[in-house]
Order: sequence, then structure tokens, then C-alpha cells
Amino acid sequence: MHPAIQGLMTIIIGVSGCVGYFYFSNVFLDKVLFPARGVHAGRNINRANIVRPWLFLFPALAALSLYLAYPVFETLRLSLTDRKLDGAFVGLANYKQMFSEQKFWEALTNNFLWLLVVPAMSTVFGLLVAQLTDRIRWGAFAKSVIFMPMAISFVGASVIWKLVYDARPEGADQIGILNAVYIFLGGDTPQTWLTMPFWNNFFLMAVLIWIQTGFAMVILSAALRGVPEETIEAAIVDGANPFQIFFKIKMPQIMGTVVVVWTTITITVLKVFDIVFAMTNGQWETQVLANYMYDKLFRASDWGVGSSAAMIIMLLVSPILVWNVRNARKEMK
Amino acid sequence: MDNIAGQKSSLTWAVHISVVVLVALWLLPTLGLFVSSFRSADQIAETGWWKSLFSQEQNVVIRTEKPDQQQLINDLYVIDGNLFALDGAAQGEVSVWGTSSREISTYKAGETADLGEDGLLTVEANGDYRFQNDTEFTGSRGQRVFLTAQTPPSFSLDNYKLVLGKNSGTSSMAKAFFNTMTVSIPATIIPILIAAFAAYALAWMDFPGRALLVAFVVGLLVVPLQLALIPLLSFHGAVVEMTIAILGTPEPENLRRFASVNMLGSLLGYDPGDAVSAKGYLGVWMAHTGFGLPLAIYLLRNYMVGLPKDIIENARVDGATEFQIFVKIILPLSFPALASFAIFQFLWTWNDLLVALVFLIDSSGDTTVMTRQIVELLGSKGGNWEILATAAFVSISVPLFVFFAMQKYLVRGLLAGSVK
Repeated sequence: MHPAIQGLMTIIIGVSGCVGYFYFSNVFLDKVLFPARGVHAGRNINRANIVRPWLFLFPALAALSLYLAYPVFETLRLSLTDRKLDGAFVGLANYKQMFSEQKFWEALTNNFLWLLVVPAMSTVFGLLVAQLTDRIRWGAFAKSVIFMPMAISFVGASVIWKLVYDARPEGADQIGILNAVYIFLGGDTPQTWLTMPFWNNFFLMAVLIWIQTGFAMVILSAALRGVPEETIEAAIVDGANPFQIFFKIKMPQIMGTVVVVWTTITITVLKVFDIVFAMTNGQWETQVLANYMYDKLFRASDWGVGSSAAMIIMLLVSPILVWNVRNARKEMK
Repeated sequence: MDNIAGQKSSLTWAVHISVVVLVALWLLPTLGLFVSSFRSADQIAETGWWKSLFSQEQNVVIRTEKPDQQQLINDLYVIDGNLFALDGAAQGEVSVWGTSSREISTYKAGETADLGEDGLLTVEANGDYRFQNDTEFTGSRGQRVFLTAQTPPSFSLDNYKLVLGKNSGTSSMAKAFFNTMTVSIPATIIPILIAAFAAYALAWMDFPGRALLVAFVVGLLVVPLQLALIPLLSFHGAVVEMTIAILGTPEPENLRRFASVNMLGSLLGYDPGDAVSAKGYLGVWMAHTGFGLPLAIYLLRNYMVGLPKDIIENARVDGATEFQIFVKIILPLSFPALASFAIFQFLWTWNDLLVALVFLIDSSGDTTVMTRQIVELLGSKGGNWEILATAAFVSISVPLFVFFAMQKYLVRGLLAGSVK
């Protein structure tokens, strides 16, 4: 069967299955299980209403539990076992092995570097663009352009930036714009930017910053617009200059949103895989945790160490998880 | 706030200039790849893409036709033709030319060079040349001409024909395009439907544990999908093994291959010896559904909570069932939120690499997606920018179109979706 037809059929079966499930389970509940008639009509209606939310929730809860909640615990279990020994419990042996690998520490250090630079730069650029474009007439166009990379895949962005970083032999016409600028500004030999240890990390980060700035800009721009005009007018009357207005009046009022943007990008950074995979594949000291884990799982087939690496990512995410959940609960009350 | 007093015009200029710089910085990389996808391999390799937008001066060496092409006209031996036509070189306009590598700019276009015994050579600006002599031309090769020519920008769709063409050995981008579509459309629609019902329950139905469930969803929002890879791959494997056990008997050494098939299995078209892979479209759809659900539920719930309470309560009083309320009132009113999530999920599934690598692409490579093809090209054909650029742009074009067509919903979704 052609996959397109298969896809179409899955959509039809899936959608009608879902709709059918919701419809018939409700009918069953109301007409067969707890019919709203006879002597127990009132009690039955109440009972049906107790059960109904779970009918609505069941498919989503099942999928969430199976595809996200269960894997957290299963990965934890796998990280404590050895696949070669038929899944025997080996305690922390996988973690010990991982900690003894130099590549792991390289990945962890790089990840921290990413965590420091990418959210900060994206937020700063996003704030800058949001603030600057608010004042000019063609701001909407500028915002659109800066927002655009959000739609581009990490892989597509990698190709785009690989062309920027391309290097030709000395003396030849450079086709990568970075080297062309470098030579134009008086650089002597063209540089292969992606193979320079340490600094190449920043050239990879530039790709993610380029993508994430649009996200930061959209959210912060909305927050800036939400700053009450009176506070700004009052500051102007008191003789504040534009910089004071921005840093002393606006910034404190949008701090909450800045934190939200920062943490959201932090989570994206922790999961960054495609960019490193496509551009350097972790060579030249650019390894990051997600790619290290992929290497272990699917190239070395070492499920134990791969799962341990995944647990480290989970560990790094969990403070944000806890913070988010607490905030959400506060909001519900 | 344009009209607030006290704005200095110099500051306004600084703002304009910085925004121009930022926009250029953000646009140039993409523009470079876009322009490159319309250039030939030679053009890309020789000059930077930014130069291709202007006509440029090029030095080329072209030989005239061989002496065996000479004609005898009025007692003169003549070879004539057009230099650009000979080489298949790009059209251009000759400014200066010469006949030796040391003096490549001796003559202007239209001038005649006296090569002594070798005869007289005239080269016109458009590349037409006439080489004449009163004695017969000898030798086996034509005269070398060194041209300095002004070539206009030239772009073509050849790369796209090559990359998307059916018979191209370079890649199967066309197939990968359809595979990507096959992945992303069901993977967008299914979670929306499931999430909408759940979001309604979480927003408007009262039951114990509701707050806890919302917290659960918020928590799952940040769980990295890296954790799910191995457990789910094993789970999909187990499902395949179970299916085979139901539809027949598995081979003892390979539980994912049929040893025999029972009636139900043969009805579904399986034969003994058929192997069933744990990787496939169904798996990738399910995985994308699972990974997309937290955001979907969160977005939709937040939106539905804000819908006016009166409408829903009036409908309840009028005797509408919850199912009717959901289908006839909530769904139509939630359209903006549904659209926002649909765009997110579509972009995410279209652009995804990791989930497809783990749950979809098997060793046969029949189910490869575009992102995977591009990574392959990056590895094996790192230098073939014309193919790479074009392939990347084919893959990028669809999300870009969606982005520009539905930017409004995307922005709205982002604003609603970031956890506050």
C-alpha cells in the first residue's frame, strides 16, 4: 500500500475512531449504564457526570502516561541495568563508566556553555529587537524577518549556516560570507570555523540563537506593550532619558516574562541535538549531551550508558519542571 | 509611543540603523542559501553568492574552432563563429581580450589583432570572432583567446529539476517530501482531537484530582523526549511481537518474523516469512501524538478556561449533553487555539529529525524523510552546495509558507503557550 494512502486511511480511521469513541462512550454512559429515567434518574445523572470527565480524558491520559511518564521510569531502570547481561541490575556501574569517559565531560561542559550563552543571547537580542521595533513604522516587517527562522528546521538552519561558515583554500574566492568578511577586514588566511576547538561551540550556538531570538522577541514584545503607559509618562515628566526608562521602568515590570523566556529557551538548549548532529556530529570537541546519548544508544548500542546520559538531561530539566508545576498550581488556586 | 515628547532625532536614526543591521544579519544567511539554490555548481564554487546578484568580470580562456573548420572565402582562409557558443560558457560582454597569457588585455572589443604569419583575428563585444589568413590554417587545435568578459547574473531552475526529478540518482527528495507529508499530517490531526476533549474536561468539568492532572500535564511539558526513545522503541517491538503471535506463529529465533500465518493474518495480507519492523508510520504517528499532547492540552485548556461561562451554563440548562456542548459550542469557539497548536505541531513534525530517525527510518531507507536526506547529503556530498542548497530549500519552503500565511496564529499560540 502506498504510504500516502496509508496515511489518509490512518487519518480517517484515527479521526473516526476518536470521534466514535467519544460519541458512543457518552451514549453508552447516558442510555445504557446510567439512564436518566426511571426511579433512579437523579442518582444516575449524578453518577454519569462523575464518570464522564474520565471518558473525555482517557485517550489523552493513556497516551501521556505511555509516551512520556512511563519512559521516565523505564529509562531510570535501564540506566541501572546492563543489556549485555540480559538486563541484569548493575547498580551505578553505567554512571561510573560514563563519568570515566572524557567525551561525557566534554559534552557536559559544552552543554553548560550552551546553557550560559544561548538563553542569554537570545533573550538580549529578543529584548533589543522588541524594544527597537516598537518605535518604528516598518517594525512589523523587521519582526517578521527576525521571527522567520522559527519556522526553519534545525537541519535546514544547519545547512544555511554551514554555507556561511564555508572555507575555501587560501587565495581562492571565498564563498562563505564569514570568511569573505574576515578576508575583507584584513584577515590573512581563511578559517575553518567549525574545526576550531572551543570557539566552534559558539559558531554552533549562533545557529540556535538565530532561531530562538524570534521566540524571545514575540513574547517580550507583548510584555513590553503591556507595561502601563502611566508609569512611562510619569518617568518622562520626571526627566528620565530613554535608557533610564527602559532599564528602570520597563525592565522591572517585565522581569517575570523574561524569566519565562529564559527557562523555555533553556529547555530547548538542553534538548539540542539536530544542530550538532548535522554540523559537526560532536567532532572537534563540540559534543553535547543529547548527541552523546544518541551516539551511545544507536551507534554503540549501549543502552545502559545512553539511558544514564538521558537521566542527566532529565536531572538538569527537573528544577524547571518543579518550578513550572508550582507556578501552575499557584495559578489554579 | 512615537509621539512622546523628548525623543531625540539622533536616537531615532540610531534605532533605524540598528534595526536595519539586525534584519540584515537575520536575513542574509537564508538569502545566501536561497540564491545559491538557483546557481550552477561552478558558479557556487567560484564566487560568493552575494556577487551573483551583479554582473561580474570574469577572465576566461576559449579556443577558436579547429583549423579543419576553415572555409575558403574570396581567396582567404576564414574561421568564424561565436566564442561563447563554443565553450558553452555563460553569455557575456567582452571588454578586452588578448592572445597570450601574459597579455590578456592587449585589444579592445572590435579591434583586430595582427598575429603575423598566423593571420588576423577580430573579436567583437558579443563574442563573435573572425580569424582569417591568406595561407591555410594548420595544426589540430584552435587559437587560444583570453577574454575579460562582463557576465550578467544568471540563475536557473536546473537544480530543482535535478533534486526533484524522478530519475535523479543524487537523492530521492521527491519521495522524502511525500514521506514527510505522510508523517506530519496525521501526526498533527490526531493529537488535536484527543487533546481537545481532554482540555475541555480539564477546563469545564468538575471532578476530584483536576488540579493534580493539570500539574501533571505542565510537568510533562518539559520532559525531554530523549528519555522516551529506548523505552518506546522496545514497546513498539513488543507490540509487533504480540501482533505476530496473534496473527500466526513467530519464528523461534526472530520473534518479529512470521513462521506461519493464521486465517486472520492471511486475510490482512501477511505471508509466512514476512518480517514486521518495529519502525514505521504508525509508530512515528503515535510518538508524535504522545510528545505533542502536553502542549496541546495546556494551550487548549488555557484558551477554553477563558471562554464565557454563561454560554456553557445556558446550554447545560437547555438540556444539551456535554458531548453536544463540546462539539457545537466549544470546538468552534476554540478555533484560534486549535489553529495555533496545529501550526506548532505541523512545523515540529515537519522539521523533526530525531523522532523520525528512531521510530520511522529502517534499514531499507524507503521511509526516509527530508531532514534525514539533507543530513545524508551534508555528510556524503559536503561540497555539492547546489544539491544541498536546493534540497534544504525544498524542505524549508513548506514551513515558511505556513509561517507567513498563519503568522498571526503562531504568535497567539506562543503567547498562550509559554508557561507563566
